[in-house]
Amino acid sequence: MTRLPTLAWSKAEIAFWLVPVAAYFLFPHYLTLGSQVMIAGLFALSLDLILGYARIISLGHAAFFGLGAYTAGLLAKHGFGEPLSGLVLAAIVAAAAGWLTSFLIVRGHDLTRLMVTLGIGLMLFETANQWSSLTGGIDGLSGVEMKKIFGVYGFGLDGRTAYVYTLVVLFLIFNAARVLVRSPFGLSLKGIREGERRMPAIGASVWRKLVAVYTVGAGIAGVAGALLAQTTQFVGIDVFGFQRSADLMIMLVLGGTGYLYGALIGAAVFMILQDYLANLNPVYWQFWLGFLLVFLVLFARGGIVGALATLHRRWTRK
Amino acid sequence: MSAALRTQGLSKSFGDFKANSDLSVAFEAGARHALIGPNGAGKTTFINLLTGALAPTAGDVYLGDERVTGLPQYARVKRGMTRTFQINTLFPGLSVLESVVLAALEREGRGGVWWRTVSRESAAIDEAGQILARLRLDRDADTPTRALPYGKQRLLEIALALATRPTVLLLDEPAAGIPAAESAELFQVIAQLPRDVTVVFIEHDMNLVFSFAERITVLVGGSVLVEGSPEEIAHDARVREVYLGEAQHG
Repeated sequence: MTRLPTLAWSKAEIAFWLVPVAAYFLFPHYLTLGSQVMIAGLFALSLDLILGYARIISLGHAAFFGLGAYTAGLLAKHGFGEPLSGLVLAAIVAAAAGWLTSFLIVRGHDLTRLMVTLGIGLMLFETANQWSSLTGGIDGLSGVEMKKIFGVYGFGLDGRTAYVYTLVVLFLIFNAARVLVRSPFGLSLKGIREGERRMPAIGASVWRKLVAVYTVGAGIAGVAGALLAQTTQFVGIDVFGFQRSADLMIMLVLGGTGYLYGALIGAAVFMILQDYLANLNPVYWQFWLGFLLVFLVLFARGGIVGALATLHRRWTRK
Repeated sequence: MSAALRTQGLSKSFGDFKANSDLSVAFEAGARHALIGPNGAGKTTFINLLTGALAPTAGDVYLGDERVTGLPQYARVKRGMTRTFQINTLFPGLSVLESVVLAALEREGRGGVWWRTVSRESAAIDEAGQILARLRLDRDADTPTRALPYGKQRLLEIALALATRPTVLLLDEPAAGIPAAESAELFQVIAQLPRDVTVVFIEHDMNLVFSFAERITVLVGGSVLVEGSPEEIAHDARVREVYLGEAQHG
């Protein structure tokens, strides 16, 4: 029997998804951090689709995160605080922006893409900064008031609703992404990653697929941004910040590109390490992060998940 | 007989260098047509112009009756013209089966399907299996392409092209870099292709050219020196001088 991707869940995957469920009961005082981790994970997942599968390098992915955050935030501030419709609208706005800018991205190659995505991110940051009547500028957007989910579950201070809400949204989108990367479309993205020159010679239009995946990636980043705005009921201008795009890239490379789980694990390790190390020494925590990054990139290519997969292969072969 | 593929005054210059000048060549439907010529004669450039990998400086390409000069590569593949590469241009991280399934799915226009898994695309999987069996690659179906021996990678080059169901197949030195015994085997595979497929190939091994081609075009310095049947080419004094003579000495 030949091996082509199916949708069967492995034991490791089931165990993985039990962790956030268990964490809800075991660490009730860390639910806010938990929500932040999952939002970062969803954001990293959106970058994994375009970087890990289609090899589009982006240093400006925060543009779509920020658009999603402001969309959801502004809606809620002006009386449309229903969370689910806010998520959908945020996804649409971010995806539309992704679609428009994708035509600039698909033309160039790595360095061009890096600069174009960086430039778009900077432009959006400055726009949000200047347009303070709408965005609140550097002070951020306050007065974001969320309605109850299904009219029942309010976003309380204990962070329970926010945690469960974020987990459910993350799981649903992860599932869709999991189907996508195992689908014919996902296979053709891997085809671009593995042999972009061959793709036109088997009758495939590369740019159309890149436009499609970039749009999807932008839409998911928008959902992540919207989740942040809704669960914290605030939007800071740093949602568009370069630091956010750069941290995102670090999370994904840390976890491993092209696995989907790498995005989630990388985000978790990054955020928890940040929380822990910053408590030990608030100034120098980035030193150890940098150290870990250099070590992983040099000695464990494929990040944490890549290293685990290699170990697993060696283990099962013996 | 009508031409499956023809060119009209096709030219390509890189700066002052004329890689192809004023090529008007016709490939009859169902032909087994060899393109030969010394290194630097412009054979691969010609293939790149035919397939749209390069844009010509002047001239036109016709696939059947349709002018395809301005069409991008993938659109020409969709219309039935597929090439292989002299230097393996494969998908190193995909398995052999995945690669061929990918090509079959793209042909069917199913490369955008994102809501179900590849494993449910049984038509494409069956077809890929048949192609692999025909090229005796079926045992390597699950092997990652990068782990495949070089000779089998050359076969996979052809398998990917076959999965597009070409009416015109352009083979750029299909046997490049493999031992003589294996290259004869590889040409056996090509010889078994259905007659409705027009096969154009570049090859340096004259034994293979003369045993397999029914028509030969000789390119020298970017222009057509002569075209004819294998006998005509073998007895052509100019060809002997510029090409075969050189090959015998070198």
